[in-house]
Amino acid sequence: MGTAIAEGALDFQVALDGVDLTLGDRSIFRSLSCGFPRGQISIVLGGSGAGKSTILRLIGGLLRPESGAVRVAGLDITEIPERELYQLRMRIGMLFQGGALLDSMTVYENVSLPLREHTDLGEDAIAEAVRERLAAVGLPGTEALYPRQLSGGMVRRAALARAIVRDPELVLVDEPFSGLDPINVRRIEALMVDLNRQRGITLIVTSHHLASSLRMGHRLVFLTDGQAISGEPAELLASGDPRIVEFLRAEQDGHALPVAAGSGSAS
Amino acid sequence: MRSPAIEAVGFRTVAGIEQLGRLALFVGQVALRCVRPPFRSRRLVGEIYDVGVLSLAVICLSGATVGAVLALQGYTTLARFGAEGSLGAVVGLSLVRELGPVLTALLVTGRAGSAMAAGIASMVTTEQLDGLRMMSVDPMAFVVTPKALAMVLVMPLLNGLFIVFAIFGGYLVGVELLGVDGGQYLTSLESSIDLGDDVAGSFVKAITFGSLVGFIATYRGYFSEATAAGVSAATTGTVVVSSVAILISDYVITALWGV
Repeated sequence: MGTAIAEGALDFQVALDGVDLTLGDRSIFRSLSCGFPRGQISIVLGGSGAGKSTILRLIGGLLRPESGAVRVAGLDITEIPERELYQLRMRIGMLFQGGALLDSMTVYENVSLPLREHTDLGEDAIAEAVRERLAAVGLPGTEALYPRQLSGGMVRRAALARAIVRDPELVLVDEPFSGLDPINVRRIEALMVDLNRQRGITLIVTSHHLASSLRMGHRLVFLTDGQAISGEPAELLASGDPRIVEFLRAEQDGHALPVAAGSGSAS
Repeated sequence: MRSPAIEAVGFRTVAGIEQLGRLALFVGQVALRCVRPPFRSRRLVGEIYDVGVLSLAVICLSGATVGAVLALQGYTTLARFGAEGSLGAVVGLSLVRELGPVLTALLVTGRAGSAMAAGIASMVTTEQLDGLRMMSVDPMAFVVTPKALAMVLVMPLLNGLFIVFAIFGGYLVGVELLGVDGGQYLTSLESSIDLGDDVAGSFVKAITFGSLVGFIATYRGYFSEATAAGVSAATTGTVVVSSVAILISDYVITALWGV
């Protein structure tokens, strides 16, 4: 089973170590340990309720675990005060599953908000940055629209534009592909790959979209039974771990799987 | 021997005290953000519009109606003693000291307080507050403080407007309909109301009620459960708790300061 400690050779930008988390009376993670290497795209996989969104909320400091450490850029965010957490979040962008755009503001106001709050950029520079990001997510000309005037997929793309508008070092992306048509799946996938390749941004992406995950993920983190199995895609596919095979088979809905049973083991 | 009933009382008491503590901390945090920059004046203006301007119609109409009813009722009683000339004093005093601030606060709770709680609660449900936190924008400063402050600022203004329209409504019914002398109506009104005592007291009440509604609405919304049921619980909770708090604090202020 992959742990941050066992894979010490990798440079983890984010590492969870022995994390226990219970929400209500439901145990979500039990001694969960996993790492997300710097400058790579990591894909978090798992069934519904496995804790995919929860792990992003832990990394963003929106949830605190009962025990264990969550290290982001060298800081254990379970121990730092709120003020430092806000400083750290300046370097993080996050796309929520529902977009989380402010519904009282236009797309332009939403996407420009991080720039307005944390930079001294003039209106022209802000407008240029917003225009560029909206074009990158395939939403040019939507600046004046309100979130209620957009479809679910468009809201999430606008939210992705907001998450990346300040060029963060780390981007947490929750289900970027759900509700998107195949063309936009490709567009968002290409955008994330570009962000990673050209700007060296670390991405942690939760996804149900297996084909995209396997194409763009440098590393897969598979959540099951409150713990994580992680490794490179080929490694995991070759591991033959029945939990992974079962998940992949179900995800592919009966189509042929590139899973070689038996040899190799997931790190 | 342990009794489940006594245990339940204990748990409820502890939970109640915990809730009070959380409310006190919340109020302290909002108060701190009122005096500490950055001041979000644009957002404050927007909230003042939502609470104040959008409540104008209901406040003016209700004020005029309440004044008209007061004049009708007051006239019938006063006529028995041949004291119709004091109609202005009866209408004015009951409005300025009691009905103005209390009814304004109850109306604003129903129109704007509930909307405020529902607005924040739906932001919790749709992760908008978490979205702000992840952008390093403090939702207490960005969302909560402008809303609570707007309520405190707007309540006395709406109170004044309510009273003016009620006096006008009373004038229409008393003078135009029932035949009380207009000069007498206004003179008795003017001579019976003391600016320092009655009017200042009225505004003290309005500011107190504005603070109560502002804090209760934002608190209920901010700590609501992130579900649709949470939004409706925050809304009804705001109306019920605010209304009771307004009536109790009205008694306390009246008893302590004789306003």
